[in-house]
Amino acid sequence: MDNELLKINNLVVQYIVDRDVIEAINGISLTIHDGETLGLVGETGAGKTTTALSIMGLIPNPPGKIAEGEIYYNNENLLKKSEKDMRKIRGKEIAMIFQDPMTSLNPVLTVGDQIMEVIKLHNKVSQEEATLRAKKMLEMVGIPGERYNEYPHQFSGGMKQRVVIAIALACNPKLLIADEPTTALDVTIQAQVLDLMKKLKEEFKTSMLLITHDLGVVAEVCDSVAIMYSGEIVEKGNISDVFRNTLHPYTKGLFNSIPDVNSESERLESIPGMVSDPSNLPKGCKFHPRCQYKTAACEEQNPELREISPGHLVRCLYAKQTIEEK
Amino acid sequence: MTIMSEITIVKNKGAIKRKKNTPMYEVWNRLKKNRMAMGGLIVLFIILLSAIFAPYIIPYDYAEQDYDAKLQLPNSEHWFGTDNFGRDIFSRIIYGGRYTLFISFTCITIAAFIGSIMGLIAAFYSRLDNIIMRIIDIFMGIPSMLMCVSIIAALGSNMWNMMIALCVTAVPEFARIMRAQVLTIKEQEFIESARSIGASNFRIIRKHIIPNSMAPIIVQYTLGAVNVILMSAALSFIGMGVQPPTPEWGLMISAGRAYLRDQWYICILPGLAIVVTSYALNLLGDGLRDALDPRLKQ
Amino acid sequence: MLKFIFRRILLMLPVVFGIIVIIFTLMYLTPGDPALSILGENATPEQIQAIHDELGLDDPYLVRLGRYFFGVLQGDFGISYKSGRPVMDEILQRYPYTLKLTFASVLLGVIIGVTAGIISAIRQYSILDNFFTTFSLFGVSAPSFWIAMVLVLIFSVRLKLLPATGSYEFKHWILPVFTLGLQASASIMRMTRSSMLEVIRQDYIRTSKAKGQSEFITVMKHAFKNALVPIITVIGIRICGFLAGAVLVETVFAIPGLGKFIIDSVNFKDYPIVQGGVLWIGLNCIVINLIVDIIYCFVDPRIKSLYALKKTKKQKVTSITAQGV
Repeated sequence: MDNELLKINNLVVQYIVDRDVIEAINGISLTIHDGETLGLVGETGAGKTTTALSIMGLIPNPPGKIAEGEIYYNNENLLKKSEKDMRKIRGKEIAMIFQDPMTSLNPVLTVGDQIMEVIKLHNKVSQEEATLRAKKMLEMVGIPGERYNEYPHQFSGGMKQRVVIAIALACNPKLLIADEPTTALDVTIQAQVLDLMKKLKEEFKTSMLLITHDLGVVAEVCDSVAIMYSGEIVEKGNISDVFRNTLHPYTKGLFNSIPDVNSESERLESIPGMVSDPSNLPKGCKFHPRCQYKTAACEEQNPELREISPGHLVRCLYAKQTIEEK
Repeated sequence: MTIMSEITIVKNKGAIKRKKNTPMYEVWNRLKKNRMAMGGLIVLFIILLSAIFAPYIIPYDYAEQDYDAKLQLPNSEHWFGTDNFGRDIFSRIIYGGRYTLFISFTCITIAAFIGSIMGLIAAFYSRLDNIIMRIIDIFMGIPSMLMCVSIIAALGSNMWNMMIALCVTAVPEFARIMRAQVLTIKEQEFIESARSIGASNFRIIRKHIIPNSMAPIIVQYTLGAVNVILMSAALSFIGMGVQPPTPEWGLMISAGRAYLRDQWYICILPGLAIVVTSYALNLLGDGLRDALDPRLKQ
Repeated sequence: MLKFIFRRILLMLPVVFGIIVIIFTLMYLTPGDPALSILGENATPEQIQAIHDELGLDDPYLVRLGRYFFGVLQGDFGISYKSGRPVMDEILQRYPYTLKLTFASVLLGVIIGVTAGIISAIRQYSILDNFFTTFSLFGVSAPSFWIAMVLVLIFSVRLKLLPATGSYEFKHWILPVFTLGLQASASIMRMTRSSMLEVIRQDYIRTSKAKGQSEFITVMKHAFKNALVPIITVIGIRICGFLAGAVLVETVFAIPGLGKFIIDSVNFKDYPIVQGGVLWIGLNCIVINLIVDIIYCFVDPRIKSLYALKKTKKQKVTSITAQGV
């Protein structure tokens, strides 16, 4: 758990749309170690998918632009690599699962074909060998190998997502990026897919970046978590620290908004306000318009990430204070 | 959530601040941004104006024959030259615009009206659906050019019969489009809720179904008009439509064929007029299609 | 598969029947006495009556319709008023020219159109894209006979490179095929471009890139195959359109094809030919319709499943219309 597999340093990603410069990511830093699962939590528009695509080098070039920062994979800066080199990494070293399984698979090719494609891209194997491996991958995700020649539309949503997972893990990547892998599925299927992912993660010893807005999923699968808001990381640390000792008001708001079966509350708690418009971010702390603890200082100064306890960092001027208030 | 949808959500939050926000205004705004489509609209407007005011702006009478001036190359007196009867081609082209616009506008409007009603009935009353669609299929099975030829052969070669034929061949597409739209909308939940508060069929049709079906009909209106223009020119070219001495563009091309070698302008220039009109209509139609598209473009 | 084909043919029979009825009825309504066309102006009343009896021209509408219908089923499309020969023979003598023209043009159109469309889509907004888009818009806005005459003007009259009329040698075909080919490539290019643009936005294209696939293979294997269905539809429409509308180009280039023959026969009042010719082309278009529907199944497995499950007609794929010029 020591080697830093992935290290993002101060990444800034901008989108230029109709002459507006939208800062999707405002300087984030993340580290994932060998075998670690990092959860990336945040609302829609926070910049999570953008982070994932930046690692893969799949930010659409107009209109997206990586303005600053480095992304180190095994100590090599991915942002400096040529497209040709990136292609060798995609699918083989770093693989990605996208959010909507319904549309992630090519409708006119068989599922076996699509798994085989990634195998043959990165391994010099014969057709028979590739077919065998593809069938094995299908079995591993719980789909009978005979369904190899069927088309995506013949599978249910949950099974499609399993196929997507099979494709991602077919070449045994060291890092798996999963962008909201269970959001589009219903709850029972969600549980199955998560179990599958946990199992495979242990079997293959894959590190994972799990993007989600569901804290329950994070609790199940992740070792550490980073909370994103408006393109910045506002809190990060390992699971027990962040869950038991929540410091940032936003994170606290997220936890509070989870309905509790046992309590007798009448109204659901929610965080007031809306995510800010990335083309028009507020001055000072990005969260202050919605924060119940805000002060005048929060409107002026955007706080830095400070380490409150070992490994637990927060971007808030009053973080320590709120611990003491408890 | 894809990145582009995240961005579009963000951009839309800015858009909410605008004052007028009706769908029509939105569409018009989007259309305005499309410079090619606006260019097409302006050109069409010019053609329309020149057709309406033709008798006042043309330098010569379109039918006036002047044998002394025949077969002249374009010069300062006759900007587009003269044909073998000594008629001024520029005047004939401008005046001919009247026929083109009249024929296409009339045919396509009537066809849109009839076709939409057929499609609406077919979609709403499923007992009639099968019969109506069979009839549509039959008419679509005969290629439209040949259909027109057959109708004109039966009725006689003149402008009005040609218009009847063109109308008949334009109806099926409108019926199909309207039917498809209505079928989709009919199943949507807001119709169910309208019914549950007691809205009558007629009211539902008028207030909910028709406004929501208009988009592809409007697009087909412009693109179908292009088709009518091209086919009426073609039919006149082979002698089955407008008859001489009418200055219809297709007819002028056919008449000028014999003089292609030296007085090429007699037939090439009317064709250019057809191209310009159709091109402008196509640009407008494409622009409307993009502006009416419920998914915002990239 | 065979069951599907059989079922489709069954569905088309009422349409075929309807077409025969409509065409026959239209010709039935044409003014003028066919006997006069055959015999000439100076025919005696007895001669006229004899022709009426021979051809059954005095029989009621339904009888004549029935007679015609059963004739068609046996391949007998009637006799030409002008030449006295069977209509079928006359048609088959001229049809090959129209067929050659149509297929050569569509082939040229596909080659140019699909290539240009793909390039336009993957390099959207580039100079090449703008050029292709403008060119294709021009191609669908210009009447084919006008394009033909412009080409004749440039290549025959001014440059004296190619002949303007005739159809015996290969060089005679270059201009006609090029004319229609340009037109075909215009509409095919437009559809290819828009279909590809649609497809490129899809998530599975991103998946392909995430696997490390190269752009070329992504475009050809993943994108193009998915974009194919509407493109095939347009190709089918073009083929039917040219079969019917080739008359214009045939007129300009004096090619003795079926289209021109039909128009000439209208002028000669030789209505059996008109009837038979229109019917023949209509039937051919229906067959092309059917072939296209079958091809859909091979391209898109979802359509294949749709056909296997549903007994009623397809909703997703549009039926082919044929448009003239």
